[in-house]
Amino acid sequence: MESVLGRYRNLTILVGVLFLQVLGLAVQVKRSAEAEHTRLIRIWAVDAITPFERVLVWGQDRSSNLWHNYFFLRGVRAENRQLKEQIEQMRLEQVRLSEDAAQARRLQSLLAFKEQFIAKTIPAQVIGSSGSDLSQSIYIDKGSDDGIAQDMAVITARGIVGKVLRVFPSTSLVLMINDQSSGVGAFLEKSRLQGVLRGSPNGELILDRVMSDEQVAPGDTLLSSGGDQIFPKGLPVGTVTKVSPGKELFLGVKVKPAADLSRLEEVLVVTERQEHEPVAESGGRVRAADILAQRLPSVPDKPATVAGATRTAENGAALQDSGNSANPQSTGASKPLAGNAMKPTGGAQATTGSNSAGSGGVHSVAAAGQPGAGEVLKKAVEKAPSADSSADQGTSNTAGSKRDNSAPKPAAAKPKTSGTQSAPQPSTNNDDTPH
Amino acid sequence: MTLRTSVPITYTSGEQIEVYRFNIPVTVGVPLLALFLQAFVPRRFPFFSIFDLPLLVTIFFAMARRNPISGLFTGAAIGLVQDMLGAYPIGIYGIAKTVVGYGASSLGAKLDVENAGARFLVTLGFYLVHQAVYFTVARGMVNLTLNWSWSRGILAGVANAFLGVFLYFALDKFKQRT
Repeated sequence: MESVLGRYRNLTILVGVLFLQVLGLAVQVKRSAEAEHTRLIRIWAVDAITPFERVLVWGQDRSSNLWHNYFFLRGVRAENRQLKEQIEQMRLEQVRLSEDAAQARRLQSLLAFKEQFIAKTIPAQVIGSSGSDLSQSIYIDKGSDDGIAQDMAVITARGIVGKVLRVFPSTSLVLMINDQSSGVGAFLEKSRLQGVLRGSPNGELILDRVMSDEQVAPGDTLLSSGGDQIFPKGLPVGTVTKVSPGKELFLGVKVKPAADLSRLEEVLVVTERQEHEPVAESGGRVRAADILAQRLPSVPDKPATVAGATRTAENGAALQDSGNSANPQSTGASKPLAGNAMKPTGGAQATTGSNSAGSGGVHSVAAAGQPGAGEVLKKAVEKAPSADSSADQGTSNTAGSKRDNSAPKPAAAKPKTSGTQSAPQPSTNNDDTPH
Repeated sequence: MTLRTSVPITYTSGEQIEVYRFNIPVTVGVPLLALFLQAFVPRRFPFFSIFDLPLLVTIFFAMARRNPISGLFTGAAIGLVQDMLGAYPIGIYGIAKTVVGYGASSLGAKLDVENAGARFLVTLGFYLVHQAVYFTVARGMVNLTLNWSWSRGILAGVANAFLGVFLYFALDKFKQRT
């Protein structure tokens, strides 16, 4: 026996070492099925490597900051001017979007939808990677000491990145969405088609489980569906780049990630999420009947006196003109109504909201954006005498519709729509909002 | 006399193949540096993740020492540390690099692997062996859903072999004759 072992000493040692490692693997596989714990040996290895990575990243950042902040300031003035113009345009866009968002919230509260908001995020810096093309994972410089826990979502402003796989005291390992072992619930923004996003051996993203008879086109946007219980619903995931026949009855859908996964520097870890029913801005409950009443042509309450009717008609005309001139984009805002309400815009808002002050930012912007149109409207309403309270009570819509009753039918519909959108809820209209 | 000179001299004889050793800082520092670079560089240069520096270092040390036992232990140690930095269970790289370390040192004891062509082919071959063992263990034992891509595998093998040739010549400077 000894002579055999001596003769095949090398082979025996090889088999022994391999056996020990296989045994270790088996123990890990068994334990990971029960409960996932970070092994001490991993902590030691990570603690040995990451300090050097931190120092290098710190040095790189300092040197690039020095270069960008002091030496390389060419064209900053022109860029600043350009950005200011962009801000102005975005403000206008924000007013329109906030109107849509308010409408969506009203309808969501009507349907008792649960909204998910990203309540708290922690910014983290990427300091390293797993260093293997077989495993797409990164290390970030925040760990359990900073409140990071396993399975937390990691995102950027552009889109989702991955989830926290392992947590160490001062660092965390993030499994990216393009890893072969990861899976993200996602759906196509346009068609609402659901699928599972997986990583390929090349580090690409593939939308799995999409039947070959479904309509998927390059350029379609993918959002997180929230079905994986990790990423909140509605966060940008990526864009479809290629659609080809896949295995069996499924399509092969290649997706370009929304976040640039190969060049990540800073990420946000979602540490807290809130789920609550959206509250309509008017503060009270809105009934479906009330919303329908707003949309449909209304019947006048009482036949007004001749003088009153004439004056009402005049005021209505003034109101309509002022409303239109005050809020040129109001007609545009009226378009997407129900369609937008059903869209998961909450997620996108949540992303931006998380960076600033949650969804409250959207609310405050909406309130700030309204008065321009509201003041004009208020002035117009103030012109109307108090005797015509019956006309005023019905909001601008009612005023408009009173006038429209005498007008031909096609013309009657127009002020109705613009009245609904351009008449903002605060100030005069708040009283008229159905509760 | 004539008979003696006609005895064939093969490259497998111990006298013909030199065995090298390395000092402790090189033995410890080079694998650690390789592991560190492998973890850090792909963050800035994503294409670098196609290389497997720890594997190249394992092959180099194994071929230079020509001792299967030291080769397999070097491979096991480097592979296990690489596993600790990765997302998957510890031991997958360990097993793959143990096999490569053993194979490379056994081959190094039988063949002359000092020239560039032989080094290129040996590295390419062991890269594929490494990937084969890795995928077998990952799919068969750990039940990971990893898919093999031939195009990427071959491309990565050739890229690693090219880098290996240059790296080995650079590391040759640390060799010490026994």
